[in-house]
Amino acid sequence: MEHEDILHRCFRCGYCKLPGNYVDINCPAYLSFRFETYSPGGRMWLLRAWLDEKIPASKRFAEIMFSCATCGNCVEHCAFPEFRDRLLLAFTAGKEALLDAGQAPPAVRDYLTKVQLHGNPYGKSVKKSSQWMDGLEAEPFSDQEYLFFADDVGTYDPRGQEVARSVATLLKQAGISFGVITEALNSDGNDVKAIGETPLFEELAAKNIKILNQFNVKKIITLSPHSFNALKNDYPALGAQYQVFHYTQVLAFAMGNINFSSDNEDVTVAYHDPCYLGRHNTDYESARMMLRSVPGITLVEMDRNRKNALCCGGGGGNFFTDILSGGDGSSARVRVREAVEAGAQILAAACPMCAVMLEDAVKAENLDSKIQVQEVSEIVNQRL
Amino acid sequence: MTTDLITRLEKIVGPRFVSGAAEERYLYSMDQGTMPPSEPDVVVMPANTEEVQQVVRLANELKVPIVPMGAGLVLSGLTRALRGGIILDMKRMNHIIEVNPQSRYAVIEGGAAQGMLKSYLKKHHPQLKHSMPDAPPIATLAGNICIHGSGHLSVLGGSHSDMLTGMEVVLPSGEIVRTGSCSVAGEWFGRSPLPDLSGLFLGWSGTTGIVTKLGIKLFPSYKHNDVLVFVAEDADQMPDMISKLTSTQVAEDMTPWMTPKPDWAKGFLHINIAYGAHTKKELTFKRNLLQASVKKYIDDKVAGFLPLPAPQKGRFLQIPSPDLVRFADLRKGGGFEYVGAIMAIEHFPQAYRAGLEIAEKYNVSYSLGARIIGAGHSMMFFFAYAFNRADAEDVKRASDALEATNTAALAMGGIPWKAEQPAQQQIIDQMDPETFALMGRIRSVLDPNGIMNPGNWEK
Ligand SMILES: Cc1cc2nc3c(=O)[nH]c(=O)nc-3n(C[C@H](O)[C@H](O)[C@H](O)COP(=O)(O)OP(=O)(O)OC[C@H]3O[C@@H](n4cnc5c(N)ncnc54)[C@H](O)[C@@H]3O)c2cc1C
Ligand code: SF4
Ligand code: SF4
Repeated sequence: MEHEDILHRCFRCGYCKLPGNYVDINCPAYLSFRFETYSPGGRMWLLRAWLDEKIPASKRFAEIMFSCATCGNCVEHCAFPEFRDRLLLAFTAGKEALLDAGQAPPAVRDYLTKVQLHGNPYGKSVKKSSQWMDGLEAEPFSDQEYLFFADDVGTYDPRGQEVARSVATLLKQAGISFGVITEALNSDGNDVKAIGETPLFEELAAKNIKILNQFNVKKIITLSPHSFNALKNDYPALGAQYQVFHYTQVLAFAMGNINFSSDNEDVTVAYHDPCYLGRHNTDYESARMMLRSVPGITLVEMDRNRKNALCCGGGGGNFFTDILSGGDGSSARVRVREAVEAGAQILAAACPMCAVMLEDAVKAENLDSKIQVQEVSEIVNQRL
Repeated sequence: MTTDLITRLEKIVGPRFVSGAAEERYLYSMDQGTMPPSEPDVVVMPANTEEVQQVVRLANELKVPIVPMGAGLVLSGLTRALRGGIILDMKRMNHIIEVNPQSRYAVIEGGAAQGMLKSYLKKHHPQLKHSMPDAPPIATLAGNICIHGSGHLSVLGGSHSDMLTGMEVVLPSGEIVRTGSCSVAGEWFGRSPLPDLSGLFLGWSGTTGIVTKLGIKLFPSYKHNDVLVFVAEDADQMPDMISKLTSTQVAEDMTPWMTPKPDWAKGFLHINIAYGAHTKKELTFKRNLLQASVKKYIDDKVAGFLPLPAPQKGRFLQIPSPDLVRFADLRKGGGFEYVGAIMAIEHFPQAYRAGLEIAEKYNVSYSLGARIIGAGHSMMFFFAYAFNRADAEDVKRASDALEATNTAALAMGGIPWKAEQPAQQQIIDQMDPETFALMGRIRSVLDPNGIMNPGNWEK
């Protein structure tokens, strides 16, 4: 297994369980299950034990390994410099080894099979990939400045489609020149890679790159921070040469082009940093810049923000596989309680997965009367 | 039997929080130190005192051992299930129940973590703080107080068990008892003037009960904080230097340290002295007092204060300090363990020399140091040895060095703290037999079925 050489170096001290300000448990898997085994240190030691044949590859071991939401909190807060940069790589390699050994949980296998067969985890035909644009009048990509990449959730999930429409609408309002490709684009593959299925990721990426190159795409705006991460950081190694932006990064500098209505109600907003925009790509400001430019919005911070943000629990394929599962201790539910405590009336998301996860959590917590989850562009669009 | 146990435990805490799976049995069988693994049958995570009580009653009925565990960071293997049975992972019980800013105490649950209390106080009571050990922030207050830990306010307030103001404990027989003022009045202000029953649970390595709540003293948090580093070359002068520095009564924490790395530190004896003040003027006054106390040594040119660049000072002021954790990566092998011996200050030179000799003899990477407890009333002298856990020989070397250190510490009049099971035997051998007999009588009264962390403090 790759990165096997570092497994025994973990001291299991648990700095990685917490955010930098120690507020509360910040590893979504450990938060949900609470056994030491689910903590980052626990999984390091278990992987070592499995490779040494001290424990078998059981259903539970697979559940432990695949419950990692790849949120990066452990990488950010591990006590050992340098070593920590390889933590997530080791977890992914562990999952890859489990996949190779045929030990992945059924939910992971189903997820991967759907992506393999259909190019997306919804098992939908790519022919339906333009549905999200209904009523939007988005232009097909030709010679516009940017391509808008709506990813799986924005393309096929009903709530994700709303978010994608809203972002595209705001891009238009802000005068951004963009087009869309409706045919044959596959999943960005970010979570496939995080789950440990690197060959499938490479296949998806190669197909996407081929199409993007056919269209002579130079600059891409992604809806999802997950796509942003894959296209920006992983595609170049496969020959891609695009300038990649998350939509908040383009809009943050275009907010001056937007005219706001004069009778907006004052509202308090807390911004939830998505892991793949924040910790993985260190952009903590673009979405905040957008929100700050909206009249009537008071931005408040949750105790865990920026590098210390608590993940919604949807990363690492968990959005689809639900291995982290619900329950009182699920990170999405803890997160919405934290937002209410911070005095927010709106919890702002900049990722379609976060939006779905957090909305479900608000319902599960019966907090509908106290807080609403909205995606950043939706908040802006409502105030035009 | 195990299936029955698991089914009944699931009824108490819910199936999600019970596991007899190979993964949990493996991971909970050991800690980060050198003690050999010993597997539990099952790991259980209760949510409240009543659940703890029901688990204890069940364990009595089935005569199954129970080992209470906080973060399991003790390093000396005290949370291993030496006779199998149940490990009670307390970390779901992590609430901060009350802070009394006037009488300066906090009441917390038995699984609450040091870091979480620090963070809570910073947000809600920035004028208050508690004494943090340098253990990783997920370490629990209960685990630390139960072993007589010490930390960043120990010069000011003594060991952490001295800062305890009361407890709620589930006894091995299942009753819930309270100790300290909370057993009479509603408040948790202190342990006097009552018969001090808290001692029944302090230093016993989880063999006398399960702490489900506890009260601890809080202290003023200063706006201005500083650290001085006093450097000397002669270990024989250290007890007097420590005595002089503590006589000023202004330091919060005092931690001598002696390491071969970084190179500039090798061969020198450093004392970090942390202190704070509400105003800059007061801080200067305190600094002057500290500096004046050891003026003789400075004038004689045998010691002096180290000029500290800002980043270095910032590192020394970090609470908890991650430096000791990083020591575990010294041999790129994720392991270290230390003997912390509680002893009188005058043994400092002996302890220092013994540490160097043992490190050389066993060829182990070492870090030596101490934390002063009270106004020089005692110290916890630590001998830390790093090892590579992937290299069995290296682990054995560290383990042998630790054993030799325990022997040396006892010989010089020190007492190994949070002693590993073999070190407990060494202590018992040297203990007044009547004292040990009394310990046995107390245990048999509290724990008639012998279910609490058996294998510890036994002959
Ligand atoms: C890097 C490092 C630095 C350290 N620095 C310090 C330091 O500066 N000062 C210091 O004092 N210690 C220090 N330690 C030692 C130790 O980690 C701490 O004392 C820690 O606070 C122990 O807490 P824990 O929750 O890990 O206890 P555990 O290891 O879980 O338990 C310790 C003991 O208490 C018992 N116990 C735990 N919880 C309960 C309960 N609720 N009821 C009854 N019994 C219980 C256990 O059975 C065991 O015998 C350090 C350790 C490390 C690894
Ligand atoms: S902080 Fe780093 S060394 Fe410590 S347990 Fe976590 S991963 Fe291991
Ligand atoms: S990446 Fe996140 S979920 Fe995965 S082990 Fe690290 S902290 Fe936990």
